[in-house]
Amino acid sequence: MTSKCLRGEVAIVGAADTAVGKLPGRTPAELCVEAALAAMADAGIDKSGVDGLVTCNAMAQPMLYHAEAIAEYLQVFPRYCISVGAGGGTTFSILHHAASAIVTGMADVILISMADSMRTGLTREQAMLAQSSTGHPQFEQPYGPTVPAYYALIAQAHMARYGTTRSQFAEIAVGARAWAARNPAAQMRDPITVEDVLASRMIADPLHLLDCSLVSDGGSAIIITSAERARDFPHKPVYLLGAGEGHSHEHISQARNLTTSAARESGARAYAMAGVGPGDMDLAQLYDCFTPTVLVELEDLGFCDKGEGGAFAESGALLPGGSLPVNTHGGLLSHSHPGNPGSMFALTESVWQLRHTAGERQVADAELALVHAQGGIMSSHTTLILGRDR
Amino acid sequence: MARILPPTTALTQPYWEGCKAGELKLQRCNACNKCQFYPRNICCHCSATSLKWIKASGEATVASFTVVRRGISEAYPAPYIVALVDLAEGPRMMSNIIDAEPEQVSVGAALTVDFNAWSEDIDLPVFRLSDKGGSA
Repeated sequence: MTSKCLRGEVAIVGAADTAVGKLPGRTPAELCVEAALAAMADAGIDKSGVDGLVTCNAMAQPMLYHAEAIAEYLQVFPRYCISVGAGGGTTFSILHHAASAIVTGMADVILISMADSMRTGLTREQAMLAQSSTGHPQFEQPYGPTVPAYYALIAQAHMARYGTTRSQFAEIAVGARAWAARNPAAQMRDPITVEDVLASRMIADPLHLLDCSLVSDGGSAIIITSAERARDFPHKPVYLLGAGEGHSHEHISQARNLTTSAARESGARAYAMAGVGPGDMDLAQLYDCFTPTVLVELEDLGFCDKGEGGAFAESGALLPGGSLPVNTHGGLLSHSHPGNPGSMFALTESVWQLRHTAGERQVADAELALVHAQGGIMSSHTTLILGRDR
Repeated sequence: MARILPPTTALTQPYWEGCKAGELKLQRCNACNKCQFYPRNICCHCSATSLKWIKASGEATVASFTVVRRGISEAYPAPYIVALVDLAEGPRMMSNIIDAEPEQVSVGAALTVDFNAWSEDIDLPVFRLSDKGGSA
């Protein structure tokens, strides 16, 4: 199987985030470059050591040739240079492709850097326009769906089919905040309760304000290279052991199933490559644009049975000290969500967890981490399995 | 901001003409006999290219729904109901459920199509709860 050749062949050797939250007066390109330089410093290299560059476009500063623009800004002249856009799934899908580029010799050291300014870089009109553009132009957008509304449709279907409750969705927001309270870099750190979530303003039934992710500025970058080269870098490498994707639709009205996603396929492919299963994971970083997203991912990635996501979240498993720490940096719900780059922060956090340098939120003896992101409306899914050892 | 108008195409013209005439039209495949939505130049089930337009019954059930409390623009005064509806002929589509209180709507509830004058050229298919009576 071709899927076997990636296992243990590529490692993350550098990782860095910019500050997140409100960063007025700084453009996405500036944040992207700042994250890039910080990741290079973390990897102990300068720009001469990079021969591959991957970026994603910024909504607050769209560019025709984004990766070329960032390469020009940095004055690097890579032999592999590409800008990728797949919504929230962009980050991990990029890592999957960039790892393949390392293995096939397209580049030796690839910098993946992304940033956006969703909080201060867009006017309300621009933000709403960007939001409405996610629907099918002819057959969805005229009905006025908002992004929370799309995920509310998934939540409502899950409630109707499996008896999931609003309180169970709220538990996921509470868990994210409990982790963020341990992360000095997180945007929202004051602990919240299920009651707080349920008392927050209704946005699109059954989703309350605190079921929704943040809107942020910020950037993040990582550096990958071959497992062989990785030994020469200053930090303990974090190896890519498994990667898998699943793609099921673009528009929610065309989804094969509202309550079971293509995370089932991306997860199965990643587990098969890594030769491990959900029970082997020490932690999981699950895309959490809205609380029901996490609940469906928990089920589809095999952490609990189908329909049991609500009870699993309610059990406290996701919390600090729980059996499956989830979104240990605070996630999109409480750390930050600067748009397409959002899940990069789950990746850098996983690197720190597997280096055992995550401070107060360190998961003891973490050896294996699963990271999962999805783009669109539960449309395109990528699962990665990362480990301390090959 | 104005109401969002669907950018119609030559292929979808019969659908929008149907709406204007008070008929919900669907494509049915001449090869496998299945219906599809949205309209395409192929059958999404069997890839055949021979399709015909049929008049749908207009009957549907709620697959899921949400009450949008913060509208997408001033042209969309909240609250309004966005729903995914399963048509009796098989396909699923997005729509609005109109003239219903949120607490009256539930997954599985029966719906009947109606048409909402959206612009000079466009009537948008929307749905009402069936037990509240048929078309306006």
